[in-house]
Amino acid sequence: MKKVGNHNSFSKKLIFSLAMVLSLSLSSLAQDAAPAAGAGDPAKGKAIFNTNCAACHKLDAKATGPALRGVADKYDKEWLYKWIKNSAELIKSGDAEAIKVFEANGKVPMTAFPQLSNEDIDNILAYTSAPIEQPAPTPTAAAGATAAQEGGVSNNLILGVLAVVLTMLIAMLFFVKNILGKIASANGVALPVKEKSLPIWKAFAKNQFLVLVSSIMMILIGMYFIYGYLMQIGVDQNYEPIQPIHYSHKIHAGDNKIECKYCHSSARVSKNAGIPSLNVCMNCHKNISEFQGDKDSTYVEYSKEFYTAEIQKLYDAVGWDKNTMSYTGKVKPVKWVRIHNLPDFAYFNHSQHVTVAGVECQTCHGPVETMEVMRQHSPLTMGWCVNCHRETNVKVEGNAYYAKIHDELSKKYGVDKLTAAQMGGLECGKCHY
Amino acid sequence: MASNKKYWKSVEELDQNSSIVETLRNNEFVEEIPTDEFLGDAATLSATSTTRRDFLKYVGFSTAAASLAACEGPVVKSIPYVVQPEEIIPGVADYYATTMMDGFDFANILVKTREGRPIKVENNNLPNAKFGANARVHASVLSLYDSMRLKQPKISGKDASWADVNASVAKSLAEAKAKGGQVVLLTNTMASPSTDRLIADFIAKNPTAKHVVYDAVSSSTALDAFQMVYGERALADYDFAKADVIVSVGADILGDWQGGGYDAGYSKGRVPKNGKMSKHIQIEANMSLAGANADKRIPLTVTEQKQALVKIYSIVTGASAGAANLGKYDEAVTKAAQQLKAAGGKGVLVSGLDDVNAQLLVLAINKALSSEAFNPSAARLIRKGDSKAVAQLVADMKAGSVHTLIMNGVNPMYTLANSYDFAEGLKKVKTSVVFSLREDETAVKATIAAPAPHYLESWGDVMITKGHYAIMQPTIRPLFDTKQFQEALMAWTGNTASYYDFLKAVGSSIATGTTWNKLVHDGVYTSEVAPVTGGAADFATAASTLAKAKNEGGLELVLYTKTGMGDGQQANNPWLQEFPDPITRASWDNYVTVSKKDAERLGLENFNVANGGLNGSYTTIEVAGTKLENVPVIIQPGQAVGTIGLALGYGRKEGMKEEMQVGVNAYKLYANQVANQVAKVTKTAGDHEFACVQLQKTLMGRGDIIKETTLEIFNTKDAAEWNIVPMVSLDHKATPATEVDLWDSFDRSIGHHFNLSIDLNACTGCGACVIACHAENNVPVVGKSEVRRSRDMHWLRIDRYYSSEETFDKDVVLKNTAKGLTNSITTLTGMEDPSENPQVAFQPVMCQHCNHAPCETVCPVAATSHGRQGQNQMAYNRCVGTRYCANNCPYKVRRFNWFLYSKNSEFDYHMNDDLGRMVLNPDVNVRSRGVMEKCSMCIQMTQSTILKAKREGREIKDGEFQTACSAACTSGAMVFGDVNDKEGQVAKLAEDERMYHLLEHIGTKPNVFYHVKVRNT
Repeated sequence: MKKVGNHNSFSKKLIFSLAMVLSLSLSSLAQDAAPAAGAGDPAKGKAIFNTNCAACHKLDAKATGPALRGVADKYDKEWLYKWIKNSAELIKSGDAEAIKVFEANGKVPMTAFPQLSNEDIDNILAYTSAPIEQPAPTPTAAAGATAAQEGGVSNNLILGVLAVVLTMLIAMLFFVKNILGKIASANGVALPVKEKSLPIWKAFAKNQFLVLVSSIMMILIGMYFIYGYLMQIGVDQNYEPIQPIHYSHKIHAGDNKIECKYCHSSARVSKNAGIPSLNVCMNCHKNISEFQGDKDSTYVEYSKEFYTAEIQKLYDAVGWDKNTMSYTGKVKPVKWVRIHNLPDFAYFNHSQHVTVAGVECQTCHGPVETMEVMRQHSPLTMGWCVNCHRETNVKVEGNAYYAKIHDELSKKYGVDKLTAAQMGGLECGKCHY
Repeated sequence: MASNKKYWKSVEELDQNSSIVETLRNNEFVEEIPTDEFLGDAATLSATSTTRRDFLKYVGFSTAAASLAACEGPVVKSIPYVVQPEEIIPGVADYYATTMMDGFDFANILVKTREGRPIKVENNNLPNAKFGANARVHASVLSLYDSMRLKQPKISGKDASWADVNASVAKSLAEAKAKGGQVVLLTNTMASPSTDRLIADFIAKNPTAKHVVYDAVSSSTALDAFQMVYGERALADYDFAKADVIVSVGADILGDWQGGGYDAGYSKGRVPKNGKMSKHIQIEANMSLAGANADKRIPLTVTEQKQALVKIYSIVTGASAGAANLGKYDEAVTKAAQQLKAAGGKGVLVSGLDDVNAQLLVLAINKALSSEAFNPSAARLIRKGDSKAVAQLVADMKAGSVHTLIMNGVNPMYTLANSYDFAEGLKKVKTSVVFSLREDETAVKATIAAPAPHYLESWGDVMITKGHYAIMQPTIRPLFDTKQFQEALMAWTGNTASYYDFLKAVGSSIATGTTWNKLVHDGVYTSEVAPVTGGAADFATAASTLAKAKNEGGLELVLYTKTGMGDGQQANNPWLQEFPDPITRASWDNYVTVSKKDAERLGLENFNVANGGLNGSYTTIEVAGTKLENVPVIIQPGQAVGTIGLALGYGRKEGMKEEMQVGVNAYKLYANQVANQVAKVTKTAGDHEFACVQLQKTLMGRGDIIKETTLEIFNTKDAAEWNIVPMVSLDHKATPATEVDLWDSFDRSIGHHFNLSIDLNACTGCGACVIACHAENNVPVVGKSEVRRSRDMHWLRIDRYYSSEETFDKDVVLKNTAKGLTNSITTLTGMEDPSENPQVAFQPVMCQHCNHAPCETVCPVAATSHGRQGQNQMAYNRCVGTRYCANNCPYKVRRFNWFLYSKNSEFDYHMNDDLGRMVLNPDVNVRSRGVMEKCSMCIQMTQSTILKAKREGREIKDGEFQTACSAACTSGAMVFGDVNDKEGQVAKLAEDERMYHLLEHIGTKPNVFYHVKVRNT
């Protein structure tokens, strides 16, 4: 269900103006709220919050620690200074309030921040006291769809008009010819009478040479297409299956620039790149429980709610309760659909290519960072492998294994740089055993 | 002639007016055919609008749709871990050090696991891990994935839970305590210090309990003798590397004698170094592996062996004991004794005679020699079984005095000769519990069958010899609802700790000066042992008693264990069943071995039938009233006249796949657990069909296949004389074959160039490499009838050759002196028969990876080609199965897949069930029907070694390259490596003057080379 996003200028303008109005009103509100929280600067506070607090706290949702919006209203400021600088000490001292907070939050001790000054804490509190930012309404899928529809109509209209014009032209020519003929006969001009010739197909059938040549052509063309058809059997290029969880490589590898090998870590040392186990996802998704989007990027194909629901699927699979922030122990392993399937008789080792040769993942897997839905980019045929082995030079720099053999072989072949093929990368037994 | 007879179909027809006749005439069927009833709902059927034509259309359409849909690739699912264990990376193998101990075999091993499942057994190469894996240990990983294992506890044949088992055992123990009934723990030898402590606890808690140790194949007499002299129930250990003269009287020192595992030390002394090698004299009845490797083999009956032992005793110690004369072998035995005496501390004598007096003399002789190879201090603890105690137990059970019987690792219903008595006694035992891997003969009869985990799923410890402590650790979570015997013991004694914690405490107390983690990591811990001197025993009486031994008439039966099957615990293991015996080369069977003379006397014969299969007569063997019927015969060259041999471990029926229920149960003849019996053999009707992989017995004087020489010639003469380079004619001039070439040779001096060196002196023919190759390369098991048709799939075979004269040298002389056509024919025909006491030679043969390979030039589709690294590569997906390559291979090492051997119920071995396929190596293809396969020189292993070095950015060190066979070879016969690495071991071996290539004269330039066998005659 692919939908092409195509905004008309009106909706864009509308959104822009709405966003402008909102941001203006926000800043004015923030200015109003600032004195209420003390002398803190929310902008500075945000920066401090992101570096120190964001690992465990969110503004509006419970993470490892409680949600912090409006925390300044709940507690005494002096008490908060003490708590933030060293909560353990405060609890130890027997402060009733402190013990209550500690117990209410699952007795997870908070890291002490003695390096924060009172002023810093004021800034943080200013930030946490800021009212909820109204999210700019993202264009929904429905809006995109209408836009697409409108675009389609206008194109059809142009085509229709062109067709009408052409028909009219043809009709006019026909009329003109008719009229000219009538004028000619009226003027007594004798038109040359056409000789009754053989129909073209009969003439063609009579010319045996032509028949021969054209049938050979037909056979050759037919064979070309049959060969083409047969050769693509078993080649699953552009295979793009629907996965049990809609995992967007575009969001992860593209927008958030997560390194491929952070998740596919075994590609460095193993023949398998490995589908990351769910605990790897949870490294980040413990704290990212809903899709926020990125202001610079537009997510037009799927809604925020859609993505958040997909994150929930991950939680169901790994058995994570996002409300209590704890594992339930009920797991449901994800059955991904494998996209890149090499036949059993071909041996391929990722680490040879990734670690030893330093080949970029994208060389074979294509621009994964732009793929909303993962697909097989390359044909994965033997010809494709062999071509690359013929063209690619072996990366020998700093690898003591290659030092001797590369020297000797390059001398033998009279080249500066050896290709993988010259190194023996075309031998059958290197991949088939 | 036409006939007017009228045939009456029934009496009714006589009556012209019968209505029945009328009805029958008009209607073929009297009653209406119940079509509607048959088709089901008649109402719906009539209401349906689908006509027959429509139906056919639907069928046609759906068939077309299905075949169109089949063009689509299948959807493959991948399921990653939810939480991936840190140490597991998919695609990367992990190795765990552990110890194999099943009461018969023991070894310090590494277990290779992939994605958490054990797939291969490797040797632990730490310097103090000295017990290598034999063929059975290598195969034991497949026994883990045996689908016939006992999967959950059973009480009286019904599925039960462990709680039920514990409850009923606790009840029974309490009852025994109250009534004063006897509680007996009957176990195999576990040699486990932690288990010993648990058993001691158990006995302390249950005062009426006792522990009986029972070995299926007993060393009871040797243990008794050792106990008399050294006061401890153990066996002396031997290091044959330290011996110059080895005299063995009936001991298969390269087989399972006293636990086995002696080949590594033995082989060290067998490779000529500085003109010296050990001399091995074997006096025996059956042709054993040790006899086949001996420099001098003296075939004697058991009675004669006893006399020979007394004679050696009297010569070595000088005490006169009055041994009888041994006829034509007397001189040879005397000479052996003299050589032994002359060697002094460098000599050693061992014996496998199942007689306390004989075993006492062994100790006396070695003490008199003060033999360096004989080591009673670091005694072996892996055999503890007491035949007398077992006999007493059976008597007690029959008397009804045993209340509760708890068994672990034993199968007395199968392994006891008097299993009938045992069964009768078992009926009188109130509660009998057996911890067993499978529902075997005993588990079926016992009241409680408790599933035990495989050793790869268990924790444990083994004190193999004194001062050699080894740890067993699990390499996979238990596959079934199993519990270790130790855990159960702890539960029954009210010990709430886990066995792991208990083991950790025991292990840490034994292995002092190391940490528990290091102990588990290494799998082995050694410490110094205090030397023991031992007391004196009445050796003189022992000698004089032994000298009185007389032939009691009839043939002397020597029961032995086969290299493949051992005591029969792993009889359901297809790798071991298909493993060809090193001596007879027969698989899937046991058989009685008889000498040619006895065979002729009894009218027994072996012959080959049209398809090449070997057939043999059937016999009945009778020992002291017990008859064993339909025992097939193999005529064994070298079998002492007047003796027969029969292997234990076959003929199991319970808890076994039908295909594996082969052979006869020789334990029936193992009366009182004595391996030497007197038997009567009678021929019975019928012929047995063997699955024998080698039909050619002799070399026919072709000395260039196995080159051999004597130590004397080797030391004194030039290599050109004993390692003759074959000559061919070039321009009508004799030219060494190595210098003539049809092809231009490629330059192989750059990069790796793999060579495999096989030293025929060190190779004992043990076959560990054969099973290791099976495990590494997913070699299929094809079954008995296919092996019989010579369709076995072993990539590596160990050829065994007999000489037709006394020695192979004399064969060569005989062949060369044959003149004229008739004389040549008669001579050569005669040479097909091995001599009565032949010399034997083993030769492992796998693909020779010829640089000028005949197979490569004939492949029409270029499926087999040569790599720069010296490997002859085989692309299975390219092969179309013309089999030209196999026909053109001079070494006959190529194997053709006549059938699909995986997921095919016609071949119901491990590759046909989901559990059995777990053992497959994911880095190697499983070949399909119609393709050729062969040894790849473990290209997956060499490639992964190279890749590892590349990843780490370093050069490859010598010894890093291995193949499955070279890694499994504990005797050091097989060495693999890069011949371009001039400092490497293989490069040096290739330059050795003993080096030669197989069939050098045909100019294939193989990458496998052999070393001339030197005999110390």
